[in-house]
Amino acid sequence: MNYIRMSAIVIITYVLISGIAIPIVPQPQGWFEFPVIPGLEEKARNIFFHVPTAWTTVVAFLVSMWYGLRYLRTRNMDDDLKSEASAGLGFMFCVLATITGALWAKFNWGSFWNWDPRETSIFILLLIYGAYFALRSAIEVEETRARLSAVYATLAGLTVPFFIFVLPRIVSGLHPGAKGDPEGAGPVVEFKMSPSMLVVFILGLIGFNLLYVWLLNVRVRTARLEYRRSTPQG
Amino acid sequence: MSVRAQIGAVVVKDVRSEVRNRYAINALVMFVVTAVATILFALRSEQPGPATLAGMYWVVIFFSAMSGLARIFVSEEERGTALTLQLTTSPGILFAGKLAVNTGLTLLLTLSVSALYIVTFPGFVIRSPDIFALTVLLGSIGFSASATILAAIIAKANSRGTLYPVLSFPILIPLLMTVMNATEKALEGAAFIEAVGDMQVLVGYCLIMIAGSFLLFDYVWND
Repeated sequence: MNYIRMSAIVIITYVLISGIAIPIVPQPQGWFEFPVIPGLEEKARNIFFHVPTAWTTVVAFLVSMWYGLRYLRTRNMDDDLKSEASAGLGFMFCVLATITGALWAKFNWGSFWNWDPRETSIFILLLIYGAYFALRSAIEVEETRARLSAVYATLAGLTVPFFIFVLPRIVSGLHPGAKGDPEGAGPVVEFKMSPSMLVVFILGLIGFNLLYVWLLNVRVRTARLEYRRSTPQG
Repeated sequence: MSVRAQIGAVVVKDVRSEVRNRYAINALVMFVVTAVATILFALRSEQPGPATLAGMYWVVIFFSAMSGLARIFVSEEERGTALTLQLTTSPGILFAGKLAVNTGLTLLLTLSVSALYIVTFPGFVIRSPDIFALTVLLGSIGFSASATILAAIIAKANSRGTLYPVLSFPILIPLLMTVMNATEKALEGAAFIEAVGDMQVLVGYCLIMIAGSFLLFDYVWND
């Protein structure tokens, strides 16, 4: 875990500094210069922070669902602790992705919120996390709480393909890959990023995921201690 | 007893107890009338377009359903009959029966809201009956599939009344957006071919939700 923590710190520091400080010039000469993207200019820097947080949100949700399903099979309380810890982190990253996205949308699309399909889906994801924690707080018996919240997380996970694959093709939107995009509609956007940006972008993805892994580890260990304190025999 | 007879027995039991106290029907009817009356008071003589009407139509159905459909499992917990059901039927059969009853209730609900809208809104004219009928049918099935499994979850939790819409909304959103889209097309008089995409989404949603609910219901129902 120490290696993961150290590499997360190093990579995110590098992404922060290079993502903000590397100049954007019309003719980039090497890794230390980014090309100008028409219509985006300096606002392009948001991609290094917004996309990795949004990506980590989805990873955290899937991990939470995975441990929920494992709890249903094994009935091992440790899996439920992991599921809840991951959902809490997912909620945090979801808020970060929403804020970075809304700020960027204000300066690029003119308003903080436009109900673009991707904005709708992140809003729904926030609602799902909210509902998940509301459900958890409404059940007192630990086993029942673990069981029902795992079922709810799975049910919510079943609707995710609709948001990723179906909705963006039906409703026209502003994000790349939406209906009406001249580059073609689809869930996977083909990246035509310059290599110098791609390096920082991929390091951002790796860095934020490592941060998530480390935070998850810390949260699970704390949750285990609290769980042991509340159940003396365990 | 064959599987079909067992499912039928669950349906008959629920219909009979509903006929005796008419709890769900009364609550649904009163909720629909109140909601539509409030909309009419708010609009006064304003004539909304198809998009607004289609949206308001499903808003009324969503909130009415949220007030009535949870009853199907909550009543079993309140009357203390859940244990008897656990002993006498298997979870799959019980869920199929409850799903059938809730689908019937939702269909009844959509039909009565449609009738009320046709009478009270001059703009609510169904120009493509084929799109409308299929949307209402698939919408009701998908709606009750999600509502039934969530009702089973809710029945085991505290503060059921407020929690039910909170849990249902994110899961029903893909369905709601699609049925609103399709209903708008039905009101505008679009050809059926234009709504095929929406119908595919609805069929997909129904299949995924019914299959998922059947797989997960065991874990909700058995302690």
